[in-house]
Amino acid sequence: MEIPGLFNYWIVVVLMMIGFYTVISRGNLVKKIIGLNIFQVSVFVLYISMGAVAGGTAPILAPGIEHYANPLPHVLILTAIVVGVATTALGLALVVRIHEAYGTIEEDEIQAEDERT
Amino acid sequence: MIAPHLPILQVVIPLLAAPICVLLHSGRLAWLLTVAVSWVSFAVSVLLLGQVMDGGPLSYELGGWAPPWGIEYRIDALNALVLFIVSGISAIVLPFARASVEREIESERVYLFYTAYLLCLTGLLGITATGDAFNVFVFLEISSLSSYALISLGRDRRALMAAYQYLILGTIGATFILIGIGLAYMVTGTLNMADLAERLPAVSGNRTVQVSLAFLTVGICLKLALFPLHLWLPNAYAYAPSVVSAFLAATATKVSAYLLLRFLFTIFGVEFSFEAMQLGVILSTLAVLAMFVGSLVAIFQEDVKRMLAYSSIAQIGYIVLGISLVSVDGLTAGIVHLFNHAIIKGGMFLALGCIFFRIGSVQLHDMRGLGRRMPYTMAAFVVGGLGLIGVPLTAGFISKWYLVVAALEAGVWPLAVLVLASSLLAVIYVWRVVEVAYFQPVPDDKAAAKDKATLGEAPLSMLLPAWVLIGASIYFGLDTSFSVGVARAAASSLLGLDLAEIGS
Repeated sequence: MEIPGLFNYWIVVVLMMIGFYTVISRGNLVKKIIGLNIFQVSVFVLYISMGAVAGGTAPILAPGIEHYANPLPHVLILTAIVVGVATTALGLALVVRIHEAYGTIEEDEIQAEDERT
Repeated sequence: MIAPHLPILQVVIPLLAAPICVLLHSGRLAWLLTVAVSWVSFAVSVLLLGQVMDGGPLSYELGGWAPPWGIEYRIDALNALVLFIVSGISAIVLPFARASVEREIESERVYLFYTAYLLCLTGLLGITATGDAFNVFVFLEISSLSSYALISLGRDRRALMAAYQYLILGTIGATFILIGIGLAYMVTGTLNMADLAERLPAVSGNRTVQVSLAFLTVGICLKLALFPLHLWLPNAYAYAPSVVSAFLAATATKVSAYLLLRFLFTIFGVEFSFEAMQLGVILSTLAVLAMFVGSLVAIFQEDVKRMLAYSSIAQIGYIVLGISLVSVDGLTAGIVHLFNHAIIKGGMFLALGCIFFRIGSVQLHDMRGLGRRMPYTMAAFVVGGLGLIGVPLTAGFISKWYLVVAALEAGVWPLAVLVLASSLLAVIYVWRVVEVAYFQPVPDDKAAAKDKATLGEAPLSMLLPAWVLIGASIYFGLDTSFSVGVARAAASSLLGLDLAEIGS
């Protein structure tokens, strides 16, 4: 019964592969960024699972709370989420600029355009 | 009074200057501030290097929180040298930047350019100074995000695609590093580098730790642009503004090489990285491939900036080859080359920046007869090229000498032969530029004749920084006591040896 116990890690692996595959296989620049996001989300889940304690509650210091989740990975991943948002924003801004310059966001069409000039 | 706070000042000064740059809202003032900040950073790094070489590693507790709970900044010989390189290159590149940036970037964006530049500098210095594994990731993303923005400011629209591709690959690399750090934390429950190094040997049989090392190595090699993970680099360097190419080529990959050293040697330890996981074989194979593929592809480039970018991939191969030998001599060779290559490549990209400033192109066929029109600039380029080849009396010779000695000492003479053979390839691509610039007539088409301004040298504010770096590459080819001395101290501390014991 290993798999049910570690099911969140399996989700991490599946999400990671979906995201990675999207980045590699799609030619559309926006879809690539969405793939990158899925890839990053899988790492967020990895960190959050890591901090969980069986039967633990939210890490708030109050009388009667003895088992609580490890807050450190959660705090770390907040930073990584912020970084992820910044990356997405910058990536999308670049896509807008690319669309202005080339009139398309398909990778193969951009390549064809570059080779023509 | 201020001396104990130097490690944090190194990072915080450029960080605080970045938002001030936005508020100044003037390209000229932003440039002045950036120059001042950069020179102060350089002074700080010189003081730090002095302190470390005299008194051993420094430790700084951020906000007074004792490690391993708080974030610790830890400066030893290795990262003091890398801090010195990064802030030194920045201090030399910036005087060059004013004229070059004015020419290449729209005037209303200039102050934003310097903001992004300062953030990039902060990130690179932060990665180097910090002693906390997660902090590395944060600074890595600060420097990466700002360098994507800097690259996208290039004039050619292909700069946008170059920045986009770098963003995708760079983010994958950084996320791999994040996974690696997470897995190491999972097993050890700590993020402090010194603490990790203490706890990891006890769990070295653990599969999670092995996977952690694998993710970290791949992630760092992506940022390092080690063959075959180099695909983002040529376009990024070729289409970025001249200043950005010079700064990033000289610093960004060097900081990644530092990270590789730090994770493999200090944190995971030689025994685990190179004996249990056999990384030495993988790294040296890839390094040799990088040396040849990089140099071979460089020979066929028409765009000289791209040529230098491919040559960088080859030079990264030499650095990694030195690292993969895992001996004091090998590491010394790697670290010395890290230092020398930063100077040489920085100087060459600055010389190309001067050329672009005058003739508006860095295509090989536009450089015909340039040796007569811009003699000082071309001379700088050629001397830099000699350094890349490794001709005696240049800094490049010193690093290759140590590399060959280290390879022979390790008993792998084929590696020494390969290093020499790949240097011959460098002769070919440097010669192609020399031939075009010195042995072909100046094109006498009407466009060139009409524009008299294009016929002279670049202004002194641009030529001088290029020559300072090229001059330094000659100086460090003649007097190696500084570069080799610090590199040897860093190498022996990475291997956990006492410098006195090995008797040098």
